[in-house]
Amino acid sequence: MAQRYVMAIDQGTTSTRCILFDQRGRLVSVAQREHQQYFPRPGWVEQDAVEIWRNVDRVVPRALRDAGASAADVVALGIANQRETAVVWDRHTGVPIGRAIVWQDIRTENLVRELERAPGSERIRERSGLPLATYFTAPRLRWMLDAIPGMRERAERGDVLFGTMETWLIWNLTGGVDGGVHATDVTNASRTLLMNLATLSWDDDLLAFFGIPRQMLPQIRPSTDIFGETRRVVPGIKIAAALGDQHAALFGQTCFARGETKCTYGTGSFLLMNTGTTLVRSTHGLLTTIGYQVAGERVVYALEGSIAVTGSLVQWFRDSLGLINSAPEIETLARTVDDNGGCYIVPAFSGLFAPHWRSEARGIIAGLTSYITKGHLARAVLESTAWQTREVVDAMNADAGLRSATLKVDGGMTADHLLMQLIADVLDVPVMRPMVAETVSLGAAYAAGLAVGYWPDLEGLRRNWHLAARWMPQMDPTHRDTEYANWQRAVKLTFDWVQ
Amino acid sequence: MPGPIQSIERAAAILRLLARGSGRLGLGDVAASLDLPKGTTHGILRTLQGVGFVEQDHTSGHYRLGAALLHLGTSYLDANELRSRAINWADTLAARSGEAVRIGTPLDGSVLVVHHVFRPDDTPQILDVGSLLPMHATALGKVLLAYDAELAARIRRAELTSLTRRTIVEPAALARVLGQVRTAGWASEAEECMPGEASIAAPIRAPGGLVVAAIGISGPVDRICAPSSTPAPELVRDVHDAARAVSRDLMTDG
Repeated sequence: MAQRYVMAIDQGTTSTRCILFDQRGRLVSVAQREHQQYFPRPGWVEQDAVEIWRNVDRVVPRALRDAGASAADVVALGIANQRETAVVWDRHTGVPIGRAIVWQDIRTENLVRELERAPGSERIRERSGLPLATYFTAPRLRWMLDAIPGMRERAERGDVLFGTMETWLIWNLTGGVDGGVHATDVTNASRTLLMNLATLSWDDDLLAFFGIPRQMLPQIRPSTDIFGETRRVVPGIKIAAALGDQHAALFGQTCFARGETKCTYGTGSFLLMNTGTTLVRSTHGLLTTIGYQVAGERVVYALEGSIAVTGSLVQWFRDSLGLINSAPEIETLARTVDDNGGCYIVPAFSGLFAPHWRSEARGIIAGLTSYITKGHLARAVLESTAWQTREVVDAMNADAGLRSATLKVDGGMTADHLLMQLIADVLDVPVMRPMVAETVSLGAAYAAGLAVGYWPDLEGLRRNWHLAARWMPQMDPTHRDTEYANWQRAVKLTFDWVQ
Repeated sequence: MPGPIQSIERAAAILRLLARGSGRLGLGDVAASLDLPKGTTHGILRTLQGVGFVEQDHTSGHYRLGAALLHLGTSYLDANELRSRAINWADTLAARSGEAVRIGTPLDGSVLVVHHVFRPDDTPQILDVGSLLPMHATALGKVLLAYDAELAARIRRAELTSLTRRTIVEPAALARVLGQVRTAGWASEAEECMPGEASIAAPIRAPGGLVVAAIGISGPVDRICAPSSTPAPELVRDVHDAARAVSRDLMTDG
């Protein structure tokens, strides 16, 4: 028998990638293409859904060619995607109506403020698990319905369809105007503000509150499910899974047991804790979300804490301050000193996310003295990521009544050993990096392979997880407590800045 | 327009002086040749040493041109940058070979481990990034020596420590082995560093071809060298592929 692979498409914020994995979860080939970001006005971020679709059309055949494989060698395809980005298109022509509005876009700020005052807004958190914020999809969709002439009528007639990126890709891959499947998965649907977390279906009250016609919404499916078979790009591949990227990373890190936690360190960072089949409502500023759902099984819930600025602080240090030439050099510079010299950087560039949710906060450098060198600043940059992780982990442990025994990490910043050691030190738990750093793609592949029986069960997937590196906590507890207190004082200094 | 900066002119004169003849001069020689006060000369030499354009011999105290000057124009590679570029390929190598992976760069006559990926069998292992390995007894070290004549000469002048009964301690024998490494494009050792252990490594090249590091695997000799006493061809290929992939990655801008 020919060697068989699972294919993952990672439709991310800046690029679209296709990766093939073998049965042991090892990466076989990668093809990638970036797409353009449009910033038509301050705070607006858009992408061209057609360009993204064309990129899929290019990277999939290339990944197959690099592996010397054909569609027949691919047992299943799993899709992981940037979350909360909204696309609307004409179901008869397949042409998007305007550009996709990206998750970073904050054009709905005023709309959200209005909606907050509307009757029924108090129900949102309880039903959807999320606070009403520009971050999520529903206000974006409402904005389009209001702003684009004729759109509401067309939506009510059922002529236009809405989707997040996985829905757009599934519809196109399965035939588009010619019988394309209009579906999403529970993790993506859980980020819209429109899905009821307990029933896992579109909530009539929430639809009415946001004024969204049900006809335009995709069908909600489990994360692992046979969505359909590809009829375009490379025909004949089963689409067997879809998950939001952070949920895919949780799956790829095989965080299948209650209390298992992962953090993906990128420009921002995302911590997700598996809370099992219990829906945990946060009282500490975290989001309640769907971890994943295997077809035919109960849904697994998760708590999520997002940190807005981590890797992007290093980029700022490189591009705006010019103190380093490349991002990894931050470690070299930070190692020129033994400690932070009493200096703390709180990167509240556009407010603080979890667990504070202070949009009026702005960043500070606290504890500056003439003693401070650029080495101390570099160290404070890395420490800020570690302490922000600690705040979210503390909130998670408090909400879930669990204490995560380890932290599984992935993402580009895991190459920074000093940072990983700092995280182990401030959390006082071992930090573990798995062998395949591409956990988003791997999670999509795992979910798809599981759906078609390529892997027998979750335990089988767990056996593929191998440790590539582990950092053990080494910090003296008294020192840790003092430093945490200092960090918390610095955080307080950022509050109430914008008036 | 401001006039020429005197200290830069003087620094340039010092570099020209060191580039002439034997290229090894004491502080007094430099000061006397350029008719400069010793204090001034010392200050300039220390500054040039700080940016890597000048090196000082520890025993004689003589100054010579520094390595950074030789690498001007080929990009200087930060160790953390290297790890960041190599991390995916090193993971892939560990997953394919089933062995631990290390990336090493030269530091003071030893191999500095700048990246380490655990052997994927989930046994307890400890990260040894930052530790030093012997140059002459590891595959990583042999690669670094094979492509750096000066380093090789320095090692041969020093005493080659015997770590096991198989360690190569004869300078001539080592030179022969390094020649073979250059021909083959990869290095190996079996039980030369530690009884029961073997390793394979290949060069990582910066743009221009300069070997800046080595990547390799290590593990039990009966796995690395099975079934014969020479390294398993498929493992050699995996190491070679990983080294090429990292080198290719370094060629792209970043």
